[in-house]
Amino acid sequence: MKKKLGLAVLVTALVALVIPGAASAASVTETLAEKTSELNMVWVAVACVLVFLMQAGFMFLEIGFSRQKNAGTGVAKILVNFAIVTIAWWAIGYGIAEGGGNKIFGDTGFFFHFGQNVAGEAVNGETAMLMLYGLAFCAVSLAIVWGTTLERIKFGAYVVYAIVFGAIVYPLVAHAVWGGGLLSDIGGKPVMDFAGSSVVHLTGAVGAFAALLLLGPRRGKYDADGNPRAIPGHSMPLVGLGVIILWIGWFGFNGGSTFETSASFFGEVMLNTQLAAAAGVIGACIAIYIKGRTVDVGMAGNGAIAGLVGITAPSGFVEYWAAPIIGLIAGVIVVFAVLAIDKKVDDPVGALSAHGLAGIWGTLAVGIFASPRLISEGAGSGIWYGIFGDESLSSALGQFGVQGLAVLFTFAVVFAISIATFFGIKKTIGLRVPADEEDAGLDISSHGMYGYPEAFIPQPEYSTGLPELTARPVSQTASSGQLAPEAG
Amino acid sequence: MKKVEAFIRHEAFEPIRTELLDKGFPSLSITEAKGSGRQKGIVEHYRGSTLTVNVRPKVKLEVVVEDSDAQAVIDAILRHARTGEVGDGKIFVLPVEEAIRIRTGESGHEVLQLHDGAEASA
Repeated sequence: MKKKLGLAVLVTALVALVIPGAASAASVTETLAEKTSELNMVWVAVACVLVFLMQAGFMFLEIGFSRQKNAGTGVAKILVNFAIVTIAWWAIGYGIAEGGGNKIFGDTGFFFHFGQNVAGEAVNGETAMLMLYGLAFCAVSLAIVWGTTLERIKFGAYVVYAIVFGAIVYPLVAHAVWGGGLLSDIGGKPVMDFAGSSVVHLTGAVGAFAALLLLGPRRGKYDADGNPRAIPGHSMPLVGLGVIILWIGWFGFNGGSTFETSASFFGEVMLNTQLAAAAGVIGACIAIYIKGRTVDVGMAGNGAIAGLVGITAPSGFVEYWAAPIIGLIAGVIVVFAVLAIDKKVDDPVGALSAHGLAGIWGTLAVGIFASPRLISEGAGSGIWYGIFGDESLSSALGQFGVQGLAVLFTFAVVFAISIATFFGIKKTIGLRVPADEEDAGLDISSHGMYGYPEAFIPQPEYSTGLPELTARPVSQTASSGQLAPEAG
Repeated sequence: MKKVEAFIRHEAFEPIRTELLDKGFPSLSITEAKGSGRQKGIVEHYRGSTLTVNVRPKVKLEVVVEDSDAQAVIDAILRHARTGEVGDGKIFVLPVEEAIRIRTGESGHEVLQLHDGAEASA
């Protein structure tokens, strides 16, 4: 490390000697600006990779909550969706989301390429980095959709909806909030959604809700009287791994949404993220313990996710003390929501609660806790500061209303397009596998193989060549000789 | 020939196996079984819903021996499988018509497991 630093100093000195003009004030400012921009993009690149890692988190979470016979399909689903949404985002989605245009959709940036004019600027490396980072968010949002559909959906439905979602659904919402669309200026106030409690999480959950309404519950989920029955997932360790991967990925999700390294503000965002996630676990564990006298493993995981979803919108707008409150409430919400939702519809992983309701809570929480120090230009601070601080309460209430509008807008737009798409899928290729395929499991029926073959197919014996324990003599008498052949 | 068939707790199997081996009965089979009796099922809590599993996991132990050896096997099972609580299991003794060793094709008493006292009865 020291050696490299020394080398850098030497090179810099040499450059200064060879090119005397390099030391002039104007070019130093210019170079600094360039390097700052590059440093910013290095941070976004790191964050982007972390958000891509969240695909693994969703994969393990959903596989863990599935039964053994539906383990492999979770892998195929994540890979295929990730791939399709990438192409859809590159070809169409990015242009609609970020391509300037009008209040509804962008109109430049389709089939994204170098030098292309996107919203008045030529595409370069920085634009490419930001476009890729946007894709990571879109892919997370899509992954959320499928949480409600486990163990019974037809694989073809993924393909169709992933195209619609990556090209239209997510980009429309992203454009409205982040691309200069409808929600970026409501009577002078912008919706404040730092990293996407509504744009990413609520969007995914509403898509999941639409799919679930047309799909119906898994066979055996409700008894003859309509009472819900538990269909335990096959691996709580996989659920735990998924939750931790998502948790880590979230530092890229929220932290990277600073898009810059200035004042190391990402540190504040990341601290808020961690505080809320921790409080989410605690809130959920306390809530489920009071309800059921057990610390439910899956609920602890849902609590972490809910805390993270809840802090996603406020992470860059609230002080550190507000983050644990937001997370704790999200953790409590998710438990009661899972219990209530389970009575009516079958959501195996709790996506509607953890991403939907916690997403709504997070979006509204900005309107309650947003600090005057951090709010966007033109926005009102949180209601808290209107009551306990010197900020204008009417402006705060106005901002809260704007946050509520974002929730309604997201729900309406995503639900309308999604329910139409899933209805179309249901009427054409079909949304749900036949009962016999569902009973056999999607691994063997949709993919021709089991996720865990040995669990279903007997394996041949194989001798390791080590001494066989059964060869041990029964006792040191004459009869032991007669027993030996038993082992052979 | 008799088959001693016992449904026992998982933890009882290893001591029974050890004693049977020491007494000269190395040949046995076990199967993971699920069943119900006087012992109630298990109520599992999962994400707020309950799941009642009405059968409990047990080990099914099968040993085929000479008529005269059946009691020794039963004694070994009783000694290790009894805790005195509901759910210790049951033993059934069934008559066996024939025994054939697949490797050699030989049948009858030859096939049954041998033990220290076996030569006398064979």
